[in-house]
Amino acid sequence: MSDEEDDIILSELSDDELVDQMMDDLYDGLKDEIMEAVNILLERSWEPYDILTRPLVGGMTIVGNDFRDGILFVPEVLLAANAMKGGMSILKPLLVETGAPTIGKMVIGTVKGDIHDIGKNLVAMMMEGAGFEIVDLGINNAVEGYLEALDKEKADILGMSALLTTTMPYMKVVIDTLKEQGKRDDYIVLVGGAPLNEEFGRAIGADAYCRDAAVAVETAKSFMARKHNRAPS
Amino acid sequence: MTNALSRLLEKRDWLMADGATGTNLFNMGLSSGDAPEMWNEEHPDRIMKLYQGAVDSGSDIFLTNSFGGNASRLKLHNAEKRAGELSRISAELGREVADKAGRPVIVAGSVGPTGDIMAPMGPLTHELAVEIFHQQAEGLKEGGADVLWLETISAPEEYKAAAEAFKLADMPWCGTMSFDTAGRTMMGVTSEAMVKMVEKLENPPLAYGANCGVGASDLLRTVLGFAAMGVERPIIAKGNAGIPKYEDGHIHYDGTPELMAEYAIMARDCGATIIGGCCGTMPDHLAKMHEALSTRPRGPRPTLEQITELLGGFSSATDGTGDLSDAPTRRATRRRKV
Repeated sequence: MSDEEDDIILSELSDDELVDQMMDDLYDGLKDEIMEAVNILLERSWEPYDILTRPLVGGMTIVGNDFRDGILFVPEVLLAANAMKGGMSILKPLLVETGAPTIGKMVIGTVKGDIHDIGKNLVAMMMEGAGFEIVDLGINNAVEGYLEALDKEKADILGMSALLTTTMPYMKVVIDTLKEQGKRDDYIVLVGGAPLNEEFGRAIGADAYCRDAAVAVETAKSFMARKHNRAPS
Repeated sequence: MTNALSRLLEKRDWLMADGATGTNLFNMGLSSGDAPEMWNEEHPDRIMKLYQGAVDSGSDIFLTNSFGGNASRLKLHNAEKRAGELSRISAELGREVADKAGRPVIVAGSVGPTGDIMAPMGPLTHELAVEIFHQQAEGLKEGGADVLWLETISAPEEYKAAAEAFKLADMPWCGTMSFDTAGRTMMGVTSEAMVKMVEKLENPPLAYGANCGVGASDLLRTVLGFAAMGVERPIIAKGNAGIPKYEDGHIHYDGTPELMAEYAIMARDCGATIIGGCCGTMPDHLAKMHEALSTRPRGPRPTLEQITELLGGFSSATDGTGDLSDAPTRRATRRRKV
């Protein structure tokens, strides 16, 4: 493998070749290479937003699809997300400066009574890897905590997770409170966790149930696209 | 081998383990969100009742109430300094119940995952993981556990760290992984990969296998995977009592005691030696399982079709083992040829 690596000099690639190579490098979870390539594209006067969307989000979409299809597993996806984060660390201040649209902001946490957080952590890491901003509230969140964070962070998405059959009904409490306060339509509500299913998601009034972290990313992206299309330009 | 579990395994060709811990404790009034391990101190009577339920249903092995009793998990309850102590008490209570059983009953000190993702993907280093597991292992040993029992593990790195820690504690151990993602663990480990990993360990377990996961069918497919690898150590099968279903506003596990009895028989026919339940498995289930294991004859190794016929369908078409010629493959990247 090291011989192969030596053959590729990122700065000598054309823009299109470099974008393809970045997608490969994301797939292989190569953080240093991604950061180098982001800097090269910036030197070539690429807009930060185009770097974010074309090679990075584009590359992570391939990773997400292969995760969904059972070709890649969590370790590979986390390495890819980590490489993506490396690129994002360079782009983020520039994106803020240029006022480019953000991919989306998500408040996430396990519901009150639930201390199982590994699934939630995976979703947070993969969402971040896909370019979303994440506000992680940790475990055992009461409705007040979720609402306060959504408001304070001006979030687009609420993500709730539960592993226990005894705690999943609390998701409905949170959604019902949003409804009572007339805020339900301000947010995209995604729910997940091992014992949940689509039927449950519908029954409690969530926008979607997400089977795994890859589905969560895809679902969040498609809801954000709809939201952007709806917004007055 | 002088430990109690090895002695029992020499005499018997199957052993029954216990069922659910969480489900039972919730039924006794545990509030969700609280650490079950606190009850070792606050409600020792209820923890002993939990253990007694398994013993009275015929279990030869029961697991202590210490699944989340490691520093990493207890930190979420600001009790990280109490990992050794709470684990010790869980084993002491177990010892008291087991010693009164009137037959050999094994106290297995439960060790669950840290819940952290290990380096390089996550923040938990190997050294720290070993330290966390070692601390809990010493507590369980001091409390009188016969063996340590690692369970619900997804990452091979974490399994290896625990094996190393248990060597430091000089304790025999068993260890199961949870195959909940299309027949693999969350981290992508197949039954085949687990066998290869375990058999290479410097400090291998007395017995190993699968627990929790999706449903009884998936778990048995995993056991068949172990058996196909020619595993000689006893195989452990601890499956959930079916799958949680949400119906008319209520949630229940769909596995009846009768169904779990069928599962137990099939698990034994698949090649498992230590058979128990996991989430949703109550004393009623265990009693039926014990009755079936004690009275019904062994049969031929079931086929996948027979498993689905009796216990329901699998959660995924394959589990990543066997003939994979039709399976989709990794993208060929320029730096890393497939």
